Amino acid sequence: MFRISHLVAAIAAAGLLTAPVHAQELTGTLKKIKDTGVVKVGHRDASVPFSYLDDQQKPIGYGMDICAKIVDRIKTQLKMPKLKVEYVPVTSQTRIPVLMGGNIDMECGSTTNSVERQKQVAFAPTYFMTGTKIIVKKSSGIKGYDDLKGKTVVFTQGTTNERAMKAYNDEKKLGINFIPSKDHAESFLAVDTGRAVAFPMDDILLYGLKAGAKNPNDFEVIGEFLSDDPYAIMLRKDDPAFKKLIDDTVSGLYKSGEINKIYTKWFQSKIPPKGINLNFPMSDSLKAAIKNPNDTGVGACGKMKC
Amino acid sequence: MDFGFLTQPAFSGGGTYLDWVYSGIKWTLLVSICAWVIAFTLGSILGVMRTTKVWWLNLPATAYVELFRNIPLLVQMFIWYFVVPEIVPKALGTWMKQGMPMPEFWSAVLALGFYTASRVAEQVRSGIQSIPRGQTHAALATGLTMPQVYRHLLLPMGYRIVIPPLTSEFLTIFKNSSVALTIGVLELTAQARTISEYTFRTFEIFTLATVVYVLITMAVVVMMQLLERRVRVPGYIGTGK
Repeated sequence: MFRISHLVAAIAAAGLLTAPVHAQELTGTLKKIKDTGVVKVGHRDASVPFSYLDDQQKPIGYGMDICAKIVDRIKTQLKMPKLKVEYVPVTSQTRIPVLMGGNIDMECGSTTNSVERQKQVAFAPTYFMTGTKIIVKKSSGIKGYDDLKGKTVVFTQGTTNERAMKAYNDEKKLGINFIPSKDHAESFLAVDTGRAVAFPMDDILLYGLKAGAKNPNDFEVIGEFLSDDPYAIMLRKDDPAFKKLIDDTVSGLYKSGEINKIYTKWFQSKIPPKGINLNFPMSDSLKAAIKNPNDTGVGACGKMKC
Repeated sequence: MDFGFLTQPAFSGGGTYLDWVYSGIKWTLLVSICAWVIAFTLGSILGVMRTTKVWWLNLPATAYVELFRNIPLLVQMFIWYFVVPEIVPKALGTWMKQGMPMPEFWSAVLALGFYTASRVAEQVRSGIQSIPRGQTHAALATGLTMPQVYRHLLLPMGYRIVIPPLTSEFLTIFKNSSVALTIGVLELTAQARTISEYTFRTFEIFTLATVVYVLITMAVVVMMQLLERRVRVPGYIGTGK
C-alpha cells in the first residue's frame, strides 16, 4: 500500500514539473486531443451516403466531410497542424458505449438526435432530416404498415426505427414477428433473401441500400413516416468547449452556404463505390434546420406514445 | 451499480426487463441442450467410425471432422442461416425461410450441434484408442465379435475415460451458444445487449449475464462430477478419486 502511494505521488510530481503552462486551460475532449496528439473519429460501414466504406475500405460520406471540417478547426484552434486522425468503426449498438468510454471523440454517421440519447450524450446541430419508413420487395404485395400483420420484420438492433416500429406494432396490435440483426447490410440481406418481408429504417438509408442492391427495381420504400429522425454528429455530454467548437463549425458551414456544396456532392451526384446518384433534393425540413441550426432531439418512439 | 431498472416495465411487449433476461436464459439453455443432443449422438457415432479399420466408415468420419472443426463457428452459423436455404430446392428454401417455425433457432441448433459433434468425435476416438490394444485382443480371444468388443469393452471404458474432456465440451457449448445472436436468436447475450441499448445500464446487465453464465456452467460441472463418480471403475485411470 505504502509503495503504491509513493509511486503515485512521484508520478504526480513528475507530471507537475513537466506539464507545459497553457495560457488558456483546456478541458474535456480538447485537452484529451492536445495531450494525446490524436483525434478519434467514429464512422459507420454501411450508412450510405453519410458514413460508409469505399472500395479501398476508407470511410467516406456526407458526415465524414463535415467532420473533416471539424478536424481542421481543431487543428487551428489547438495549433496542431500535424494532428493525427484515427478512424474507428462503430455500429448502431456500439456507438454510445464507445463514445462514452473515450475510444472515439465524435461519431460522424447516421445517428438520430433523440431526447432519450441526450441523457447519455450530446449532439451537434442537425445535419440531415429523415424518418422511419420500410423497404419491401415489390413481389411481397405489402402496401402499408397494416399489411405487416403476423409477418416477419427484421430490424437493426439499437436503432430508433426499431422502437418506432415496435411502438406501432404494440399500438395497432399487429402481432409482428421481429428478428434482430446487427447492421443495416445484414437486415437488408434478410429482406433480399426473403427471411423477413420488411425492414424499418430511415428512408434515406433505405434508398441508399436499394440503390446498391443487385436488382434495385425489386425493392420499394413505402409508408408514411413512423418517426422524424434528425441526424447529428454525436459527442460526449458536458463538454462545453468541444461542443462550442463543433457547433460553430457546423453553423459556419450553414451560414457560408458551403453545406450546399457538400450536400450536392453526396445526395445529387454520382457517389462511390458504384457511381450511383441518389437524386435526393434537400427537404424543406432540412432547409429549415440549416436556416436555424439547432440540436433539438425527438421522442423515443416516433409518432407513437411510449 | 443499481439493478433497480430490472423490475421496471420494459419498452415493448409488456413485462419487465427481468422477463427479457429470463427469456434470454431460456433460449440459451434450449439452443445449448438441443445442440448438445445432436453433438453427443452424432459425435459418438463419428468417433466410433474413426476408430474402425473399415475404410468406408473411417474415411467419411475423418472428412466430416476435418471439415467441421476447421471452419469458424461464426461462419458455420451464417452458412446454415443464409446460404443453405439458397442452395436447396427453391420450395424447400422458401419453407426454411418463411414456413419453418423459428428458423433462426433451428439454424443455430444445427450449426452449433454439427460443429461440436466434430469435437466430441475426437474426444470419443481418443478415449477408445487410449485403451491398451491387449484388452481388445484378449476380448477377441474369448470369442467376442468386433461389435461385441465395442459394446462390452471399448465403449464403456472409453466414455468413462473421456468424461473430463467431454465436460469441457459441454461447458463450451453453453458459451458458444452466444454466437447465435449474430443470426438473431435472442439468447442471454443478445438480451443483455438489447437491454443495455434500451436502459444504458451496460455494466449492470453484463455483470448479471456473466453471473448467469457462471451459474449455468457450475451446474454442469457439478452434474458431470456426480456422473463421473457414479460410473467410475475403481482403480482405473481417468475415473476420478
